[in-house]
Amino acid sequence: MGSVQTTSSDIPMIELQRLNKWYGEFHVLRDIDLTVRKGERIVICGPSGSGKSTMIRCINHLEEHQAGDVIVNGITMTRDVKRVEQIRRHVGMVFQHFNLFPHLSVLDNCCLSPVWVKKTPRKKAVDTAMMYLERVKIADQAHKYPGQLSGGQQQRVAIARSLCMHPDVMLFDEPTSALDPEMIKEVLDVMIELAEEGMTMLCVTHEMGFARTVADRVIFMDEGQIIEENDPETFFNHPRSPRTRAFLGQILGH
Amino acid sequence: MATSFFRESLISPRKPPVSRQGLRGWLHENLFSGPVNSLVTLLVGALAIYALVPVIEWALIKAQWVGDSRADCSGDGACWVYIETRLGSLIYGFYPEAQRWRVDIVFVLFVVLGIWLMVPAVPGKKVAALVGLLVFPVVAFFLLSGGFGLEHVPTRRWGGLMLTLVIASVGIVGSLPLGIVLALGRRSSMPLVRGVCVVFIEFWRGVPLITVLFMASVMFPLFVPEDFNIDKLLRALVGIMLFWSAYMAEVVRSGLQAIPSGQGEAGAALGLGYWQRMGLVVLPQALKLVIPGIVNTFIALFKDTTLVLIIGLFDFLALIKAGTSDSSWLGFAIEGFVFAALVYWIFCFGMSRYSQFIERRLYRGH
Ligand SMILES: Nc1ncnc2c1ncn2[C@@H]1O[C@H](COP(=O)(O)OP(=O)(O)O)[C@@H](O)[C@H]1O
Ligand SMILES: [Mg+2]
Repeated sequence: MGSVQTTSSDIPMIELQRLNKWYGEFHVLRDIDLTVRKGERIVICGPSGSGKSTMIRCINHLEEHQAGDVIVNGITMTRDVKRVEQIRRHVGMVFQHFNLFPHLSVLDNCCLSPVWVKKTPRKKAVDTAMMYLERVKIADQAHKYPGQLSGGQQQRVAIARSLCMHPDVMLFDEPTSALDPEMIKEVLDVMIELAEEGMTMLCVTHEMGFARTVADRVIFMDEGQIIEENDPETFFNHPRSPRTRAFLGQILGH
Repeated sequence: MATSFFRESLISPRKPPVSRQGLRGWLHENLFSGPVNSLVTLLVGALAIYALVPVIEWALIKAQWVGDSRADCSGDGACWVYIETRLGSLIYGFYPEAQRWRVDIVFVLFVVLGIWLMVPAVPGKKVAALVGLLVFPVVAFFLLSGGFGLEHVPTRRWGGLMLTLVIASVGIVGSLPLGIVLALGRRSSMPLVRGVCVVFIEFWRGVPLITVLFMASVMFPLFVPEDFNIDKLLRALVGIMLFWSAYMAEVVRSGLQAIPSGQGEAGAALGLGYWQRMGLVVLPQALKLVIPGIVNTFIALFKDTTLVLIIGLFDFLALIKAGTSDSSWLGFAIEGFVFAALVYWIFCFGMSRYSQFIERRLYRGH
């Protein structure tokens, strides 16, 4: 068990059932079975190219799977645009390269989707945005443009932007991999806070300290499949698969 | 030998070295920095004076500015009297003189609308855009063409600068949105949409504008029933719009391609639909990126409106040219064409400067 109090329930938030995906002939996801319950924090790790990004991008249909089921909050993903958009409203996502909208101010980045998708009145959207910007400690930069901020600041804005849609679950795809070392902590701190508040989180990351602190489960992927899945304690101290051991040996440096 | 170094006190920032300032500094640095540079400067300067002095003498100093017939022109300098006497027809074409106030109103509305839309300090851009796209064209059409008690003026009597501006405005306002839609279509994931857009773009890009105009004016009537008669100007306008929208589409597409896919994905992840993603996230960035290309196309379009001359529409240049064969004013073709060049240049240079201004304004520090 991590040191952050577990708040997970039995309600499944995300269910991946025998998920399979191919890029042409290349079998990138193979029989993925994974259930994320409400309030659970899951960390996914694995070597580059193992399909981690592809997997979490299937959850909000940024990638399309060819076999198996993706069920989010009880809704089964199909190709139907309305349904896809409905699911996306409940799933926040934070990218490795932030993907803030450079032509909009920090505040407008946060208000865009609430105003246009949820039809929130602008005034209310601004209030919500300022609240979340406050939470990620960047409210004083609200009127700047993303290009004027550091990487760590941009990533915190990206998190706030996602939170403004009040998502039920947050997906993180290597949120700290593009950051200079001194900025990693400020982003992880925000993520830890989020975990403490009971947000359901699915994080692809190689920050093993973070995994130890907040994860309820750690998942190791290789060659498009889930190789090992355990609570952090067991995962780090008694890895069962030789692939997991080799991988941990590499990133933990022993 | 290994060196050991340790800094005890930090260096505080100093001012950069002052280069020579003011006009003299600038002259020295840019024009007279060395013997070769100085020589080139002097040579080019001499050449410029040699070429420019006669032109200025002809166009300004020795020119005849006031008068009312060719007898007033001494013949030494330019005879701007010639232009002045023809100014009416150069601006209005064959529009009935008693009705020209209607054109004037449209001109004034056009300018007011232009200022409203283009000067950032004036508020209400959304209203201005709606007025410009929906209200103004209708009002302008009825004012120019007649109706609601106004005498009907058929389009074959339209001409001059007024016609040039009508063609250019309709071309510009029509080809940009159409080009954007075509560019999006060409990148669509739906094969049918993509195919239609590719064929459309490649067809219109593949034929010369002259051919398009000929087809619109000569061929089109051959293929449709006789009583199904569409106005010649309208046919030309549609042809010009479709032709330039194909170019515009490719300019816009180059901008779309430069926007990282992460932008659209971030929009999608936030629940934005396709049109919202395009309209709010991707297009604003892509269009900003290709402002130079878009304005380049506008300028080309503006100058190519002169091609309507060959299908018998009398735009500004056509009237200048017609003037050269006026028997009471023979021998003033140079004044006519210099004036035409100046007018076209002012419009095109204006567009160019405005686009640079907008580019600087939209700069977001990245
Ligand atoms: N659009 C694509 N087309 C073809 N192959 C792809 C595409 N995207 C990813 N891949 C391949 O799929 C594999 C998994 O990629 P990804 O999910 O990004 O891995 P990870 O995030 O674990 O590093 C990699 O081998 C990658 O080269
Ligand atoms: Mg990845």
